[in-house]
Formats: sequence, structure tokens, C-alpha cells
Amino acid sequence: MFKFALGRLMQAVPVLLVVITVTFFLVHSAPGGPFDADKAVPPEVLKALEAQYNLDQPMWKQYLSYLGDVVQGDLGPSFKYSGRTVNELIGAGLPTTAELAFYAMLVALGVGITAGITASMRPNTMQDYIPMSAAMIGICMPSFLLGPLLVLIFGIHLEWLPVSGWGDIPGDKILPSITLGTAYAAYIARLSRGGMLEVLSQDYIRTARAKGLSEPIVIAKHALRGGLIPVVSFLGPAFAGLLGGSFVVETIFQIPGLGRFYVQAAFNRDYTLILGMTVFFSTLIIIFNLLSDMLAIWLNPKLRQEIRGSN
Amino acid sequence: MNKNTLSQPATSEEDGSSLWNDAWIKLSKNYLALAGLGILILLCVVSLLTPWIAPYSYEQQNLDLGATAPSLQHWLGTDIFGRDMLTRIMYGGRVSLMVGFIATAVALVIGILWGAIAGFYGGRLDAVMMRIVDILYALPFMIFIVLLMVVFGRNILLLFLAIGAVEWLTMARIVRGQVMSLRNQEFVEAAYSLGLSQWTIIRRHIIPNTLGPVIVYTTLTIPSVMLLEAFLSFLGLGIQPPESSWGLLINYGVETMEEYPWLLIFPGIALSLTLFALNFLGDGLRDALDPRTSKD
Amino acid sequence: MAILEVKGLKVYFHTRNGLVKAVDDVSFSVDSGETLAIVGESGSGKSVTCYSLLDLLPKPPAKIEGGTAFFDGEDLLTCSPDRMRHHRCNDIAVIFQDPMTSLNPFLTIGEQLIEPLIYHPDKTLRQSRPKARERAIQLLDEVGIIDPHSRFDCYPHEFSGGMRQRVMIAMALITEPRLLICDEPTTALDVTIQAQILKLIKKLQQTHDVAVIFISHDLGVVAGIADKVLVMCEGTIRETGNTDSVFYRSQDEYTKKLLAAIPSGPKKLESRVKPETLIKVSHLKTHFNDYSKQKIDGKYALIKAVDDVSLNILRGEILGLVGESGSGKSTLGRSILQLVPNTSGIVNFGADQLTGLSPRQLVPWRRRMQMIFQDPYASLNPRMTVYETLSEPLLYHGLANRENVLSRVSELMDEVGLARGSMRKYPHEFSGGQRQRIAIGRAIATKPEFIIADEPVSALDVTIQAQILDLILDLVESHNLTMMFISHDLSVVRYISDRVMIMHHGVIVEEGKTEALWANPQDPYTQNLLRSIPIADPLLERARIENI
Repeated sequence: MFKFALGRLMQAVPVLLVVITVTFFLVHSAPGGPFDADKAVPPEVLKALEAQYNLDQPMWKQYLSYLGDVVQGDLGPSFKYSGRTVNELIGAGLPTTAELAFYAMLVALGVGITAGITASMRPNTMQDYIPMSAAMIGICMPSFLLGPLLVLIFGIHLEWLPVSGWGDIPGDKILPSITLGTAYAAYIARLSRGGMLEVLSQDYIRTARAKGLSEPIVIAKHALRGGLIPVVSFLGPAFAGLLGGSFVVETIFQIPGLGRFYVQAAFNRDYTLILGMTVFFSTLIIIFNLLSDMLAIWLNPKLRQEIRGSN
Repeated sequence: MNKNTLSQPATSEEDGSSLWNDAWIKLSKNYLALAGLGILILLCVVSLLTPWIAPYSYEQQNLDLGATAPSLQHWLGTDIFGRDMLTRIMYGGRVSLMVGFIATAVALVIGILWGAIAGFYGGRLDAVMMRIVDILYALPFMIFIVLLMVVFGRNILLLFLAIGAVEWLTMARIVRGQVMSLRNQEFVEAAYSLGLSQWTIIRRHIIPNTLGPVIVYTTLTIPSVMLLEAFLSFLGLGIQPPESSWGLLINYGVETMEEYPWLLIFPGIALSLTLFALNFLGDGLRDALDPRTSKD
Repeated sequence: MAILEVKGLKVYFHTRNGLVKAVDDVSFSVDSGETLAIVGESGSGKSVTCYSLLDLLPKPPAKIEGGTAFFDGEDLLTCSPDRMRHHRCNDIAVIFQDPMTSLNPFLTIGEQLIEPLIYHPDKTLRQSRPKARERAIQLLDEVGIIDPHSRFDCYPHEFSGGMRQRVMIAMALITEPRLLICDEPTTALDVTIQAQILKLIKKLQQTHDVAVIFISHDLGVVAGIADKVLVMCEGTIRETGNTDSVFYRSQDEYTKKLLAAIPSGPKKLESRVKPETLIKVSHLKTHFNDYSKQKIDGKYALIKAVDDVSLNILRGEILGLVGESGSGKSTLGRSILQLVPNTSGIVNFGADQLTGLSPRQLVPWRRRMQMIFQDPYASLNPRMTVYETLSEPLLYHGLANRENVLSRVSELMDEVGLARGSMRKYPHEFSGGQRQRIAIGRAIATKPEFIIADEPVSALDVTIQAQILDLILDLVESHNLTMMFISHDLSVVRYISDRVMIMHHGVIVEEGKTEALWANPQDPYTQNLLRSIPIADPLLERARIENI
């Protein structure tokens, strides 16, 4: 398993290299420099600034030195937040976004799997239709619509929960987590229902019932593992989606996390920040995809043994 | 081969019922999917006719009027500039649907070609092509689209390309899987053993049998594309004023939702309803075209 | 005393397409220590009957509409779920048909074996894990699993099909049931493995003194194992009685038809072999990379599906090619027809060499040699009508034009025994046997000289099988065909072939004129294979089993 993980990580290196290269040249070929913003800057000041950020060097030199820095884990200085490095900014936003993503994932997995399994137990009955209709609403109600609606209802109308912030007032983490997690809960509910139905129709489930096992044991021991493999494989992409979703949710709820930084950086044309965060997000997502793949393999004894056998 | 020579004989006494017929019969019993189809057709018709049937002009402001709640004159109310919301939602829908259809078409073309080539030729080519898809899958596309929008400005054409470029991956996987399994089917082997040319086999035996999943997935791609567009527009990175889309309208609605909630709710309903319609239709098509459900 | 007494059982399926009376008024009883065989073709309701006893049917669509099934004085059809669990755990066990899908791939076989003991609904009967493990290992040993201690912790995919079925049997016996339901327990297995499993079931039945309900479509198997036979057709009982009376003194028309349909004895058709070699295969090898395993030293392991095979087929001859699953017989057929790339060797058609020709160069040859496939469900394009399927080869090879294609297709329909009126129907509207007729029609459309039939009747019920075999023989005669007939079923091959080849692990182990080979097999593998064939005659079959 270790060798497999290592192999996959090695494959990730060229991918990351391509990501860095493409992003770097994309960002640097963008029309308009980072400093020609609101007010005209005197030429000498501009020159000094460009020298400070290596912008007076030829492109390939800038690229190589950036690459060198990235390998050492240094994502360079921010253009707009003067005096702060991209690393510092990421370090400042990461805990908040990580916490938000974690809670959202809890909502998604908890609600999604419960709903999916409940529905799969009695397909085509009310026990199936109600959770699955709810899931359909979750899919058709995007976070940027659900968030404001929740704020409108629970924050403004009922005044039950705070409408913005993160960790300032008790309860202010509830609405953002639900807003971000709902769509994924809906997907996971559909995936786990489908996976469970597939497994429950297998011959070996009939065997388990014929042995006189109780229905809870049949479900928990015989069906769950196979039925949830699609959910496990979805965890990697879901994580990538959560990161993207955090752009919207952090904007709506004014949460000082990475997603909001990224959107602001995009508007500010803070090129080094965009570049650095893209590289950082890509690395993170590749690692999470690897983890979810490995988990899916580990759950399947046949695949697990093949990988063990190859070591 | 001449097309005429393959036409059906006219003298047969009994007509068979093709899988398409069976699927249509099954779909027509699924009321949710039918409702979805109905809503979709209605939306398309309204979008096409918008310039002629919209109750007010798109840009005409009425600052004296300001934001008003729904009334007989303005069914869905007016925004803070006194513009008719129904008109704006109709025009926004045109853009949203157009993005949905065009970007899906982009995804469809790339995905089908990529998947079909990989699946049909198999072997090393397939391994390389699908590895590329795997790698692209692992990338944070939302971030790249934001990046593209920032770098190249908010260009609607680019938006089509960018969204299409993300969505083709799943289509490629589906088509490839389908072609792979078809290639090993005995009826394709039988076609080989009849000496049919590769192109004839693709045209007569492979393509007709991949259509089902492709149609289903296309129906499901359109809503996810529309969602992506709305998402970007909401962030201010998609469609730009004076153009309008549902995502953008929702964005404006959020700013004033405390005072004028209808400015958020009506575009939200329009978007959600469309997504519902497409998803129900897609699910219905999947059930209708799934050979497993046709056996009992 | 009857351990199980079923009276007037009715099970209906309420499907979208209407009511299906899967089991309609079925009554029978089983005594302890006795074996009752329920025989029938697919759709006869034999499995539904037994599953309804243990409440294993999916409800809906299934619904038990009437009847009683008394086991120990308690009606299984109306008892509470708790009582049903009790019966499943103590009294009645099932061995399912397909050992590949009936074991959970995610759990070790040991875990699956001990489950009924450690989760027993009656807490006083619940056993500890170590004790259950001991019992399971003892049983694994009894069913012939070598090294049961270490195999206990293996997963199902680490066992062969026959071994898995042994595990299934151990699993059924671990609760020491008094009634064992065997649902086609050997249908998915090769004939030599089948012989071993049947012997094992028979032996265990005697040592454990259980009553057995044995569901099967194979009258040969039933002849050897059953005390009583119940013949079912379309949900109803056609005939019931002790084995000898059903086989030798059958009163029922359907039973007689079933018995008559079994291919037995030597070839009926007069041989038309001409002393002219049509197909000559020299040192043919077809190897594949084994992508299912990891590379070793940068290379995949080789599967030698066909390994240095040479053979001749004379014009007008029917050559039977026999082998068990994985023997390479299908690959050999496809290699001869150039449907899979040959690794080395030469294939000649008449005087001309086929190997080395490009796909385009092969086109004229493709018209002259054709293939009939095993699975009539997979071998027809589901989106093409029968007319389209049959006209395609005619038009493509220029054997018909726009004016006469309709009449040519009509003639083909007549030849293979299909109604002309069904020309515009799609494959899914036909039964399995009819579909195979369409596939045969497509194969003979180009008026080929040579046909390879790859298990053309294996997927069909025995009565349909007999009709298709007769159709094939008729066509061979009327079209002067040369044929290679691939099958795992030795009786079928004997019935149809002039000459037989036995294939094992990619090589031909023995060949000879059919009757000569049957009378005097030389190779030990062939001898074992021939010994393993069940005979649909109770006296002969019992004698055969005695002799193994």
C-alpha cells in the first residue's frame, strides 16, 4: 500500500509541474500589470516595485526562480497585501476554511448516508420517495441560493441564528456548514442509495438472509461495505467541490477563509496570491483524491491483495 | 451501402417495438419526467420568443417607481431601478439556457470523440487517454475557471469553452466504458466475422447502442453547466452587465434581500425549477433507457 | 414421517406487464433422509417454490396467494419473521446455484461460515467465536478443503468455483439443518467438478441424515441423486413419483418430451465427409497478456490460451471440440476465424493461407466462414430488427440487391423456422431459442462453407436445445456445411459430431472418431471427463456413480 501511494504521489509531481507552469504563464500573460490599478503610479516607483517583485527579469528567469521557491515551499510575496507572503496569508485563512469544510463534510456524510440507506431499505415506498425528493431539492438548490434563503429565514425573519462571521458568536458556524454541506449531502444520499440497492440485489445478500441473520446484521455487515464504495470514491471530488463552494459560502457569510481570499485576489489581480493559492489547492486536492482512492481500494479485499502482492 | 436498400420492407404484417419505443412508453408513465420535459419545452419556447412577448423593455428604468412588490402591472415586481422583474428573468433565462446548451454541446463533442476513440482502439492509446482524463479529474477546475475569467476578462465565449472543457471528462468516461463493453459484445464480434468494415460497425452497431447513456448524461450535464454559470455569475466572474443571467439576478437579489425578498426569490425559483425539470427528465430517461429495468 | 408438507402453494408475481402465476397449486412432501428432485426448464417455478418456503423472494413483486407449508407442524408461509429466522438458523439451509456470486466478496469465508452460530437468534444457542471457528474448520475439512486452518481466513476470490461450492455446502451444514435445499448446485460448474460436488452432497446427506430438495434442469444429475422426482412446467406439477417410475414409466406428455429431448447415444446423421481438407491449422498459438495480474520484470504474465494446436477439418465434416471452462476452446475457434490475432502458426482455408491477411484482404473469406455464438441475448444487436440483422450480410457481400433482398430474407426466415411476419420485430421480443434461430440465419445468410458454432445450445433449455440441434444438423446437410462444434457438453458433441477433439489447458489432449473415442479413451483426462457425464437413466447413472 505504501509503495502504491508513493507511486501515485510520484505521478502527481509532473501533474503539479504542469499546473504550476500553465498557471504561471496564464497569470503573467494577463493583460494589464498588477500595479496599474486605481491611481497612476509614478514611473520610478513602478520600476522600483517591479524590481522588488523580479518583474524586470525575463519571463523564463522569473519562472525558474518561482519554481525553485515553490519546491522549497515558498509561494512568494503578495502583490496587494504588502509585506505579507502568500504563505502567511494561506496560513491565516486555512484553519477557518478547513474547519468549515470539516463541518460541511460531517453534514454531508451524516445526513447523506443516513438518507441514502433509509431510502434503499424500502425502494419505491414513501421511505424512499421522501428522502430522495429532499435530495433532489438539495441538488437543485445551489449554495448561493440556499445560503441567502437560510439567512433570510433563520437569521433575519426568525432571528434564531447569526447571519455572518465565524467563531465570533455562538452558533454562527451552523448556517455556513449547512449551506456548504447540503448539496454534497444530496449527492451522497443518491450515491449511497444507488450503491446499497445494487448490493442488496446481489446473491450474497440472499445467502446472508438464508443463513438466518437478522436484517440489521445483513445491512451493517454484508451490504454496507460494498454499498458505500461509490461514496468513498466520491470523497476526493467532493472535497475539491467543497473548496470551490467555500468561495461562495465564505463570501455570503463574510468568513475570513481561503475561499474569500481567493475571490478577492481574483478581483484585485493579486497575481502571486492567485498563483500561490492555485498551486496550494491543486496539491491539496491531489492528496485528497489519493486518500479517497486508497480508502476505496483498502475496502475491497481483492484489490487490496493485488496491491500488496505487487510490493 | 445505399441507404434505401436498408429501409424496412413495406410488406410485413407485424411491426416490432424497438427499444426506443419501449423507452418512450416507460417515460410516458413517469409523470415527474414528463412534467420536467414540459417545463423544459415551455422554457425554450419562452426564451426564443422573449424579445416579442416580454411585457416591458429590458433596459427601461423607472427610478420614480423603484422596487415594488408583485402587482398586476408587474407580476413579479420591479427591481430598485424600477425595471420589470419578469422581463429581466425572461432575458436572464435566455442567457442561462444558452450557456447550458452550448457549453454542454462543447462537452458532448469533446467527450464523445475522446471516449469513443479511447474505447474503440483500446490498448496503450486508451491507457494514455484515460490517464489524462484521470489527471484532469483531480484538478481544481472551479479554481481554473475563476483564473481564466480573471486573466482573459469576462468573455461569454470563453465561459462556454471553459465550462465545456470541464464537463467533457465524465462524458468521455461514460462513452468509453460503453464502447469498451460493446466492443466485446458478441453481436459486434458477429459483425466482424461478417467482414463488415470498421466504419460500418461503428455506424450501425456501436453508435446506436451508445446513444441511450449519452442522451441521459447530456440531460444531466445541462443543469450542472447552468449551475456552474450561475455560480460564477453570482461571484461576479461570469456573465457581466448589461447582459444578465439568473446567477447574476440572484447576486443582485442577495444584496437587497432584507428589504425586497422577491428580488432574490423569483430568480431563485426560476433557476431551481429549471434544474428540477432537467434532473427529473434525466432521471426518468435513465430509468426508461436502462435495459435492466426493461426485463421484468 | 414427512418433515415438510407443502399443500396448494400459489406464488404470483404482480409485474408491470400483468400477473405471472409463477407457482400455481403445488403440493409435495419430503421425508427425512430422502431426496426430492424438482425438475423443470427455466421459468417452470422450481426455484420460486423453494425460495417461497424460506421467505427469500422479493416482495413485491412476488406474493404468496395461497397454500400451506408445514415444517414440524408450523406453517412456514404464515409464521412470524422471528420464527422464520429461527427456521433458517436451525432447520433449513440452502445451497445456491452460483458459488461465484453467492459468497460475500468483502468478508473472509471463515467469517461467513460462523455467522449463523455467533449471531444465532436464540441467545442460549449462540456460540463463542473460537468454538464456532473450530466447528467451521472441522466442516471445511469434511467438505474437502485442504488446509482448512489457513483457508479459513481467505476471501472468496482466492477459491476456484468448485472450492467455493464446497464452502457453500459447509456453510449450509454448519447449523446442522434437517432440510437442505440445493438450487442447481452444480449448474455453474464443469462436469468433472460437478461429479465431485454431487458425490459430496450424497455422502453428507447420509452422514448428517438430512432431507434434500434438489432443484435441477439436468435429468442426468437427477437420475443419480433423487429418490422422488417432481416435474414442473409453467408453475404447475406435471408428474410426481419415485425416480424409477418417472424415468421408466412416465405418464405425462411433457415429461416424455423432456426425456426424449436429452441428446443420447451416437450420431444419427449419416456422415458426409469427403477426403478433402478444408481447414488446416498448423502449430497455432494464441497468447494474451494477463492484465489482471501485476507486471513481473516489466512484463505481464502470458496466458497461453491456445498453445501449439494443429488440426485438419475435412470438407463436410462436423468436428466436435470439447473442453471445460478455461480450456481455450473458444479462443481456438476465434483464432481460426481470424477474430483474435494469432501469436504464431498458420491457418489454411483450402489451399489459401488466412494468417497474415489484412482485414480488407480477409473480407472475401469472411463470407465463406461464419460463426454462431453462445449467448443468443448478446449476439444480436438489440437496436436492429430481424430484417436488418439478416439483410446486412446479404447486402454487404453483394449476395442480394434492393429488389430481391426481401425475398432472400424471407427464405432465410423459412429455413431457420421463424415466421416471416416477425421480420420487423426486435431481438428482445423473441425467446432464447428463437433468437438463436435468428443468429443461425445470419450465419448461413452468406452461404458459407465453414461454420464454427461456439456452444450454440448451452444457454438453452433442453427441449429448445434439441430443436436447435436438429435445425443445425438439417442445415449442415442442406447447405453442405463443414462445422466445428465447440461445447462443454459431451452428450451434445457425441450426438452431433463425426470426430471429436478434447482440449485441456490450451492443448489438444486427444482426438478420434466419436464412437471410437467414446469406447476407448486413451488420455487420463478424457477418461475422467467421460466418466463424469451423468446419464439420464436411473439404473445406469447409479451404476456409473458406484464405479467412480
